[in-house]
Amino acid sequence: MSLCDLKIGESGYVTKINCNDDIRVRLYDLGLIEGTNIKLILISNGINAYLIKNSLIAIRNKDALNIIVGEVND
Amino acid sequence: MTKIALIGNPNVGKSTLFNELTGMHQHTGNWTGKTVGIAKGYYKDLEIYDLPGAYSLIPHSKEEEVTSDFIINGNYDIALIVCDALVLERNLNIVLQTLEVTNNVILCINLIDEAKKNNIIIDYDKLASILNIPVIGISARKKIGIDKLIDTINNFKSNNSFQINYNSKIEECIKILNTKSRFEAIKYLIVGSSDKYINEKVKQCRLYLNDNNIDINNSILGNIVKNSEDIAKKVVINNKKYNFKIDRILTNKVTGIPIMIILLVLIFYISIRGANYPSDLLFRLFNYIGNNLKNILINIHIPSIIYEPLMDGIYRVTTWVIAVMLPPMAIFFPLFTLLEDLGILPRIAFNMDGLFNKSNACGKQALTMMMGFGCNAVGVTGSRIIDSKRERLIAILTNSFIPCNGRFPTIITILTIFFIGVSSSVFNSFLSILLLTIIILISIFMTFIVSKILSITILKGIQSSFILELPPYRKPLIFKVIIRSIFDRTLFVLGRAVIVSIPAGLIIWLLNNIYISDMNILNHLSNILNNFGLLLGMDGVILLAFLLGFPANEIVIPIMLMIYMSNNSLIDISNLNVLKNILVSNGWTFITAISVLIFTLFHFPCSTTLLTIKRETNSIKWTIISFIIPLIIGIVLCFIVSNIIRVII
Repeated sequence: MSLCDLKIGESGYVTKINCNDDIRVRLYDLGLIEGTNIKLILISNGINAYLIKNSLIAIRNKDALNIIVGEVND
Repeated sequence: MTKIALIGNPNVGKSTLFNELTGMHQHTGNWTGKTVGIAKGYYKDLEIYDLPGAYSLIPHSKEEEVTSDFIINGNYDIALIVCDALVLERNLNIVLQTLEVTNNVILCINLIDEAKKNNIIIDYDKLASILNIPVIGISARKKIGIDKLIDTINNFKSNNSFQINYNSKIEECIKILNTKSRFEAIKYLIVGSSDKYINEKVKQCRLYLNDNNIDINNSILGNIVKNSEDIAKKVVINNKKYNFKIDRILTNKVTGIPIMIILLVLIFYISIRGANYPSDLLFRLFNYIGNNLKNILINIHIPSIIYEPLMDGIYRVTTWVIAVMLPPMAIFFPLFTLLEDLGILPRIAFNMDGLFNKSNACGKQALTMMMGFGCNAVGVTGSRIIDSKRERLIAILTNSFIPCNGRFPTIITILTIFFIGVSSSVFNSFLSILLLTIIILISIFMTFIVSKILSITILKGIQSSFILELPPYRKPLIFKVIIRSIFDRTLFVLGRAVIVSIPAGLIIWLLNNIYISDMNILNHLSNILNNFGLLLGMDGVILLAFLLGFPANEIVIPIMLMIYMSNNSLIDISNLNVLKNILVSNGWTFITAISVLIFTLFHFPCSTTLLTIKRETNSIKWTIISFIIPLIIGIVLCFIVSNIIRVII
């Protein structure tokens, strides 16, 4: 499933980042690599905010669509 | 003199530390992208450079490029890296990257007081021994650990610090490229080089890595992140309890945007209402001083050719600008700075991203738009935080649609006189809030429309990704906020307005007092413009006032009044009833008021903003376009709206 499919409060481990290089490098900067735990916190119009390594990061859904997560927990 | 480069992720308190050390007032705020240029300051024999915040030394935006170039090219003795104790793990990325550039690094972990409050425990000694560099915990806001930091800087000795081990193939490439620092080679592998000779080698390395199935980004940057993760696991214990209740309300799909708009309007309303009395007082004071000063000049036999331009030109226009601008700004800027410090601005960007997304623009444009409410030139400079060039241009070209502090007095005066009524009843207060909200919504709406039009015409292109950090809320230091916003912003913007109003006052007086065949130049000019003005629901005088107000929008109304009353001397223009009589007796109607409001929102950017646009875009073409777009919109809207109302009435 993709990051977008998480529900508020759910978290999962990133298994694959299929974004283009530009976004992928940006995500690395924020500490998001394959294996990082990520939790959906806020939902807005076309953009959600996730808890990544203790900080709240907003990512547009069309980018989040390419981030694949597994092992979903509540 | 020891040169210190201050670097770190955005919003970790670099500027706060810089101000603490240098006693300077670099603007700080709780959001990413506050510092857009390099600031330099001194503390004893330390020369300190405050660099823009960067997540990485591999730059994505203009501001990150500044930092990356500065650190890699190395005209400094010590890189002082500031980290946020609450998100140390992520912050370690740039630490590890910097260690690939130089061993001369001191790590300064800021906000240790907040970390403690949040049950985050950091083992500084262990971190220092892993990285083999000095690690100091501080709180720049609370002035904790600053002395120890200074001691460490003064006694600094360089060691062989921590080094990352990459995949052996990458290490081979670093050797082949043989650059000054390991990081330079890494940067070339990732982004290439402008040097032809180096780039040739880079290409070969990339081919080699490709042949060996090595993903460069992942094996370098991903590896650095992995290293940060491993180190953080050893030195950080995080028992923080997260609470997002406030955010759930402020960023709610339904309630988020209305709450933000109410907040914004409330700030404007408080600024305007609160400014009424002090503005009036200033008017009277300046009037009193002006009259006495003029009498003194007459009594000591100064010729009228000198005192008239001085008092009726320069003094009158300049004091008007101060009386109109100073009180609302002295209220608006501190309130706005409080919002900044709290961390509200990124939430606004988050809420509005959906709309900017639909306009094919960047969500960070919400931030530059907000800055535009203070001053459009500041909003234009702030657009540097937007990574994509196309989206940055959209933000720059549309910034002047947002009414700045210089235009609000005009809007308020006209709203009050023609739509609300001069008395201050509860109903009138409510009405003025409502009208103000509509005006703000119109300007924001126009920003979206024009952004969209630009992005499907002259600024076509693929939308870049948008990733934004929402920092935790921080309790602002209220006293500091007031002092800082008054000195740094209010007086700065006011000073600039005064500087342009002095020559403007003189020029207007000259145009007003030089006669060509029985009529002064101002009247000649306004006669020429009159037919065109009438077509737009205004008149020649109003258009002339906007033209002469090019250096600063706040002088538009004073110029108008000077022309209308060319033969009159000073009157008490603080009295809105008197003002209304003057305007009405010069043919102003409801239609004129509407047209002037529209034209105040949409005409051309002021000279300062245009110069800033020229500097930021480095292009005459875009500067001209930024001049023309709002002008055409203003002319077309005024023409249509005024004629429609005329037909209806």
